[in-house]
Amino acid sequence: MNAPNEWALLVEGLGKVYGPGGAEAVPGTGPDFGRTVSPSTGAIVGCWDIDLEVVPGEALGVIGESGSGKSTVMRCIAGDQTATTGQARLRSVDDGATNLFDMEPSARRALRIDQLAVVYQDPSEGLDLGVSAGGNIADRLTAAGWRNFGQIRARAAELLARTEVPLDRMDDPVGTFSGGMRQRVQLAKALANRPSVLLLDEPTTGLDASVAAGVLDLIRDLLDETGVGAVVVSHDFNVIEMLTRRSVVMHHGRIVEQGLTDQLLEDPQHPYSQRLVGAARG
Amino acid sequence: MRLLELAIETSNETARPILDESSKREVRRAVLTAVAVPGYQVPFGSREMPVARGWGSGGLQITLAVIGDDDTVKVYDQGEDGGVNAANLRRLIRRSEEVETTTDARAATIIQTRHRVPEDELIEDQTLVLQVPVPEPLRGVERDMNELRRMHAEGDYAKMWVSLYEDIVRNGVITQTTGYPCLVNDRYVIATTPIPRWDVPRLHQAKFLSLFGAGREKRIYAIPPHTDVEPLTFTDVAFEVEAIASACRCGLIRPGGERAAYLVELPRQDGTSEWVCSDTDWCARQRVDAGLLDPTTLVETEVEL
Repeated sequence: MNAPNEWALLVEGLGKVYGPGGAEAVPGTGPDFGRTVSPSTGAIVGCWDIDLEVVPGEALGVIGESGSGKSTVMRCIAGDQTATTGQARLRSVDDGATNLFDMEPSARRALRIDQLAVVYQDPSEGLDLGVSAGGNIADRLTAAGWRNFGQIRARAAELLARTEVPLDRMDDPVGTFSGGMRQRVQLAKALANRPSVLLLDEPTTGLDASVAAGVLDLIRDLLDETGVGAVVVSHDFNVIEMLTRRSVVMHHGRIVEQGLTDQLLEDPQHPYSQRLVGAARG
Repeated sequence: MRLLELAIETSNETARPILDESSKREVRRAVLTAVAVPGYQVPFGSREMPVARGWGSGGLQITLAVIGDDDTVKVYDQGEDGGVNAANLRRLIRRSEEVETTTDARAATIIQTRHRVPEDELIEDQTLVLQVPVPEPLRGVERDMNELRRMHAEGDYAKMWVSLYEDIVRNGVITQTTGYPCLVNDRYVIATTPIPRWDVPRLHQAKFLSLFGAGREKRIYAIPPHTDVEPLTFTDVAFEVEAIASACRCGLIRPGGERAAYLVELPRQDGTSEWVCSDTDWCARQRVDAGLLDPTTLVETEVEL
């Protein structure tokens, strides 16, 4: 295990309730009850009591079926949704002293420029499809204060080359790109300002197998190279296995099991994990 | 009764203010807010005017609201005092407020304009009122109103920079001609609409007050005197004004061959064209000074119906 102050991202007690009641909606939900809808208030408990820790250079997997709350966790950390309770800290923000959930919305959004990057399953969430690949990266760079056209262009070309986007397509609108190439541009954009933490939400879902394999290879290399701390959310065991060493399993909005990814896949303990692995491995 | 007689009948009515006093106060309040927060677009009521929206109704409301008994008003359009719209607005203001009008920018205290900043250097006591068609500089890059407000509030102009980046990539230069986006007082980006780039540097640390009125869009914004106005420019791609390799018949060329004024192309009957100063009154005065024009022809010859 790592020393306690080594984490790049720390999440403690994260909870998100959609609907009335807040914490009062939680009793009677979760894996033990087999439901996420609160019997008392009717609210949906998206996730509750989530603790995560990511050290620099490490990728943490979050795995679970559709509706298990894994994307809710990611969106709360990213700031796309407001958490009901809990804390999230980045080492790069006030040396971890500030709870991101207490920050002003504008300051929170500013983190997305150079501290906390997200790669979405749907490229249209992370990219402006009407703008060129270079322009999408220029968006991040100018937001971070870059004002030299030549430098912006050189940096964009460097990133696109690294993510294996053909440079002769650099000035074409991303909307004209294939799915795999859009994901590569999204990766280039996410890494533009060297964030300390990268959140990947189903980064290869929707790509065909051979393209997905190429993108996964690239992500793995980038994680090694950049030393960025990553959270990889996926329902796909192959993705989790390839990218992460540690994982958590989510079910009905709770973490039901966590451990080393290899162990988890070889010898799952929780009945739900066993079912999940069994289904995936046939 | 013949049509002409009808027209004369109407115009002989005694002066009746277009804006009532409380409406003027509402516009003045918006103007004061705009001056206090340079570059911020202040919503205002925007009354129905006796001109169509899009024909200077915003500028007209500001002029009518800030005018006083001792003001002298100049109205010009595309640099021309004789334009139909400018002449009508000028007459409207004169009748409504019973103030003096002029074509000489130096003699005016309030200058209502579309498309130009006068070539004469304006001073502290003068107010420039611009008629604005599209006040939102980010309109082209973002459609969602809530998102636009957020971007202004947080000073998040990355999308504007991206559009400039894309323009250079596609065209080699920034092609935006009028309404070039500028950062005012290091805070808000405004559309310097609809003046040409030539006039943009002249707003920077200007001695005069600029008030921008968009009647259709119901927005007022301002550049107070002595305020920084920086065109958004990459550090390695210089901001350029319109380059026209020609000279006006007034013949005014600065030392080194630099043009002294903004020129526009004037078509001639034979299919050719010539380049002339866009600011007609300024040009005429230059020609009088050079002995090229008889000064008596400068007397305002506006038909008074």
